[in-house]
Amino acid sequence: MNKRIKQVAIAGAVALGLLGGQAQADTAINGAGATFPYPIYGKWAEAYKAKTGVGMNYQSIGSGGGIKQITAKTVDFGASDAPLTVEKLGEIGLMQFPMVMGGVVPVVNLDGVKPGELKLTGPMLADIYLGKITSWDDQAIAKLNPGVKLPKEKISVVSRADGSGTTFIFTHYLSKVSPEFKDKIGNNTSVSWPAGVGGKGNEGVASYVQRLKNSIGYVEYAYALQNKMTYTQMQNKAGKFVMPDSASFQAAAANADWAHTPGFNLMLTEQAGEKSWPITGATFILVYKNQEKPETAREVLKFFDWAYHHGDKMAEELDYIPIPDAVVKLVEETWKKEIMAAKGGAVWTDALIQK
Amino acid sequence: MNTDHSEITDRALRRQRLLDRVFEAATVGSAGIVLIILTGIIVSLFIGGWQALSAFGPAFLTTDEWNPVTERFGALVPIFGTLASSLIALLIAVPISFGIALFLTEVAPLWLRRPVGTAIELLAAIPSIIYGMWGLFVFAPLLSEHVQPWLQAQFGDLPVIGALFQGAPLGIGMLPAGIILGIMIIPFITAIMRDVFLTTPQFLKESAYGLGATQWEVVWNVVLPYTRIGAVGGIFLGLGRALGETMAVTFVIGNTHRLSMSLYAPGNSIASTLANEFTEAVGDLHTSALIALGLVLFMITFIVLALAKLLLLSLETREGTKT
Amino acid sequence: MDWRYFRRRSLNIFNLSGSVVATIFGLVWLFWILWTTLSYGFAAFDWTLFTQNTPAPGGSGGLANTIVGSLIMVGLATIIGTPIGVLAGTYLAEYGKGNLMGSSIHFINDILLSAPSIIVGLFVYELVVIRLGHFSGLAGALALAIIMLPVVIRTTEEMLRLVPNTLREAALALGAPRWKMITQVAYRGALNGILTGILLAVARIAGETAPLLFTALNNQFWSTDLMQPMANLPVVIFQFAMSPYQEWHALAWAGSLLITLSVLALSIVARILLRKVRMEQS
Repeated sequence: MNKRIKQVAIAGAVALGLLGGQAQADTAINGAGATFPYPIYGKWAEAYKAKTGVGMNYQSIGSGGGIKQITAKTVDFGASDAPLTVEKLGEIGLMQFPMVMGGVVPVVNLDGVKPGELKLTGPMLADIYLGKITSWDDQAIAKLNPGVKLPKEKISVVSRADGSGTTFIFTHYLSKVSPEFKDKIGNNTSVSWPAGVGGKGNEGVASYVQRLKNSIGYVEYAYALQNKMTYTQMQNKAGKFVMPDSASFQAAAANADWAHTPGFNLMLTEQAGEKSWPITGATFILVYKNQEKPETAREVLKFFDWAYHHGDKMAEELDYIPIPDAVVKLVEETWKKEIMAAKGGAVWTDALIQK
Repeated sequence: MNTDHSEITDRALRRQRLLDRVFEAATVGSAGIVLIILTGIIVSLFIGGWQALSAFGPAFLTTDEWNPVTERFGALVPIFGTLASSLIALLIAVPISFGIALFLTEVAPLWLRRPVGTAIELLAAIPSIIYGMWGLFVFAPLLSEHVQPWLQAQFGDLPVIGALFQGAPLGIGMLPAGIILGIMIIPFITAIMRDVFLTTPQFLKESAYGLGATQWEVVWNVVLPYTRIGAVGGIFLGLGRALGETMAVTFVIGNTHRLSMSLYAPGNSIASTLANEFTEAVGDLHTSALIALGLVLFMITFIVLALAKLLLLSLETREGTKT
Repeated sequence: MDWRYFRRRSLNIFNLSGSVVATIFGLVWLFWILWTTLSYGFAAFDWTLFTQNTPAPGGSGGLANTIVGSLIMVGLATIIGTPIGVLAGTYLAEYGKGNLMGSSIHFINDILLSAPSIIVGLFVYELVVIRLGHFSGLAGALALAIIMLPVVIRTTEEMLRLVPNTLREAALALGAPRWKMITQVAYRGALNGILTGILLAVARIAGETAPLLFTALNNQFWSTDLMQPMANLPVVIFQFAMSPYQEWHALAWAGSLLITLSVLALSIVARILLRKVRMEQS
C-alpha cells in the first residue's frame, strides 16, 4: 500500500506541476466593469487574441464593480460609464479615458408593437420610473401614440440591481428632464427605484424585458440590437422624436468637447441638435497613473491602442460610436504624460502605436 | 546466533510509538481544522462586517433602506426575504414530507419502498443551479401566464388575503422562490421523518392496532407523539437548508430591495443579495454591510442547525435507553 | 356507532391516499426537473462543447475552458479535502469517542455540513483573495475543499464505526501498533464506505456555484493557471442564463446537462458501493 500511495502522490505532483507551469505560457490582461460596452469589448478581445495571442479577460460586472476592482487592484484596468470626478481620480491615483460611445435606449415587451413604433418623452419616461404612470393605457402614453395598440395592463418596470454606469447615464438624463425625478431619485450609479425588478447588468435587464410581458427597461443599444428587442423613439432637446441609431448617437456625440474637459469627465445627455439621441454617453477605462507592473500596463494600453485604430468597423457594426481620431491623439498624449512606471519613465511611447 | 534482540525490539518499539503519536497528532490536527474553520468563519465575518455594524448599530437589522449611493444600509429587506421564502418553503415541504414519510413507512408495499425512497433522495442530489435554471426558464413563465393571473382573479379582492396577491404577475418573486425552496428541502425533511418513524417500537404500534385503531390513527396518535422531537429536528434541518440556499433563489427572486406583503412582489434574500452585489460593491462600507449580512445569515443558520442537531441528539440518547 | 366507524375509516383512507398524493407530488417535480434538463440540454448538445471555449456575447462556441476549469478545481479540492477529511473522521471514530473534543467536533461538523456555501465563499474571499490581491482558481478549489470536508468526515466516521471492534482487537492483540491497526485493518474494512463518502462529496461540490462566485470568478478564455481567475461551469451557467442571448441560454442548458449527468453518475456509483458495504455488514 505504501508503494501505491507514493506512486499516486508523485503522479499528482507532476500533474499539478505541469498545470501550474502552464502559467507562463499565455499572457492575459484582466479587466472588469461596465456592461454597457461589453458586446464590443468581447468582440475586440476575440479579434485581438486571434491576432496577437494576448487574451483580454473582461468580467462584465457593472461600472460599480469595475471601480471597486480597480481600486482594490484585483484587475489590471477598470471600466465605467460613470466618469469619476477629478478629485476622486486624484484620491485613488487613477486616470480615465473614453473608449467608445453609445446610446441608452428604452426597450419594451408589448405584443404587436414593433421596434421604433412607440414614442415616449423624457418626462413621461421619468414618470413611469417614478411609479406615477402605472399602466400602458395611461392617457399620456395613449395621446402620444394614437395608432399603437396599448394593452390595459400594468407596466412591469425593469431597472438595474447593481452599480451601473448605464443607470448613471439614464438617471443623469431623467434628472435633467424631470425635476421631480432629480429630487426623489437623483443621478447615480445605483438608486432607490420605487418600483420594478432589478436586473444584473445590461444583460440582466435585457433578459428580464424579454421574459416579462408588458415590461419596460433601459439598455445600451447594442443589447437591443443583438437580441432583436423593441426599442422606442424618444423626444430630444429640440423637440423632435428620434430613432436610436448610429446617426442619432453621432449627432449627439458631435457636440462633445473632450479637449477642454479636465480628466475627460464628460456627459452627453440631452445634447442640442435636431437629430441627437437624448440619452447618449461615453464609456471610460480606468488605469493607475503609477504602475507597479509596467509590462502589464503596456499590454493593456497596446490592446486599447489597437482597438482605437483597428476596432472602428466592429464597433460600428454594433452601432457604437468610435472615439474620433483627434480625441484618440489627445488620449494617447495623456497616456505618455500621466502613466508612469513605479521605477520611473513613461510606460507608453509613440513607438508602441499599432497603425 | 547471539543477536541482541532487546536492542532491536527497543528501537522498533520506540519508532512505532513515535509513529503512533505522529499519526494521532495528524488525526487530531485534521479534526482541529474543523474547529479552525468554524472560528475562522465567525471571526472573519465579524472583522469584515465590523465597519457596517459599528456604523449602524442594532438598527442595521431593522432598517429597510439599502442605498449604496447614500451609503445607508439596512438588513431588513434581505432578512425578511430570507425568512419569508423559507416560511413559504416550510409550508409546502412539511406536509408533503410528512406525507411521503408516511407513504414510505406505512402505505407503500415493501418492493416499492427503496426505489421511491431513492427517487426522493435524488431531489437532494440535484445541484441548486439546476433548480434555478428550471425555475427561471420553465416554472416562472408558467406561473406568470397561468397560475398567477388565476390566483389574482380568485383571491386578489378579498380583504386580508388579497394583499398577498397584488402586483403584476411577473412569474418571478417571492412565490416561485418559496415554492422552489420548498421542493428542494423535501428530501431532507422526508429522510429524517422516515428514519424517526421507523424507530417507533413495534409493540407500541401493535398495542394500538390491537385496540382496533386504523393505520392513520396509529400514526397520528402513537408514532407522531413518539417521534415528535425527531420530526421537529428534521423540520429545523430543512429550515436551515432553506435559509442558506443561494442559487435557486437568486435566479427567481427578482433582486429588488423593497419590502412588500405580496407574494407576487420581487424581493431579495441575504444569499441572493450577496450573490448579486458582492463583486460589485463600491466602497468599504458597502462591502462591510454585505459581510455583516453574511454574518447575520450564518448566525441564523447556525442557531437553527444547532437546534436541529440537539433535538435529533436527544432522540438518539432516548433510543439508547429503550429496548 | 356506524357513522363513527365510517368516519374513522374514511379519515384513514383520506389520509393514506393523501400520502400517496404527496409522494406523487414530490416525484412529479423530480421528473419534471430532470426531463427539462435532459431535453433542453440534449437539444443544445454538440461535440463543440468540448472543443471550443466560451463565446463572446452573440457568438457561438463551447464550454471547453469551463469544463477543464471545473475539473481542475474539483480535482484539487478533492486532493486537499480527502486526506484531511479521512484523518479527521478517523480521529472521531478511533480516538475521539466519548471525549469532549470528539463530541464537539462531531456536533460542529454536522452544522458545517448544512451551512450556507456562500458563507464559505465569503470566508475564502477574506482569507485568500484579498491577501493575494486577485481571484484565483486556487481560492475556488479551497472553498470547494472546505465544503466537501464535512461530508467526508461524516461518512468516514460512520463507516469506521461500522467496522467491528473484534477486528481491531485482534490486530492489537497481535501486537500491531495503533496506527497500523487503523490504516491496515480498520481502513481496509471501511474502504468501500470511505470511497462512497468521497464520491458523495465530489458529487456535492461538482454542482456548487455560490462559493465560486467570489473566489475563482470566471475566465472567458482557456486557462489552467491556478493563480488567475479560472473558468468554471456553474458560474458560467449562472451568467449565461441571466443574459438575453439565445446561444448563451443553449450553452447554459448544455452545461446544466453535463453537471446533472456527472452528479447522477457519481451518486449511482456511490449507491452501488454503499449497497456492497451494507451487504458486507449483514
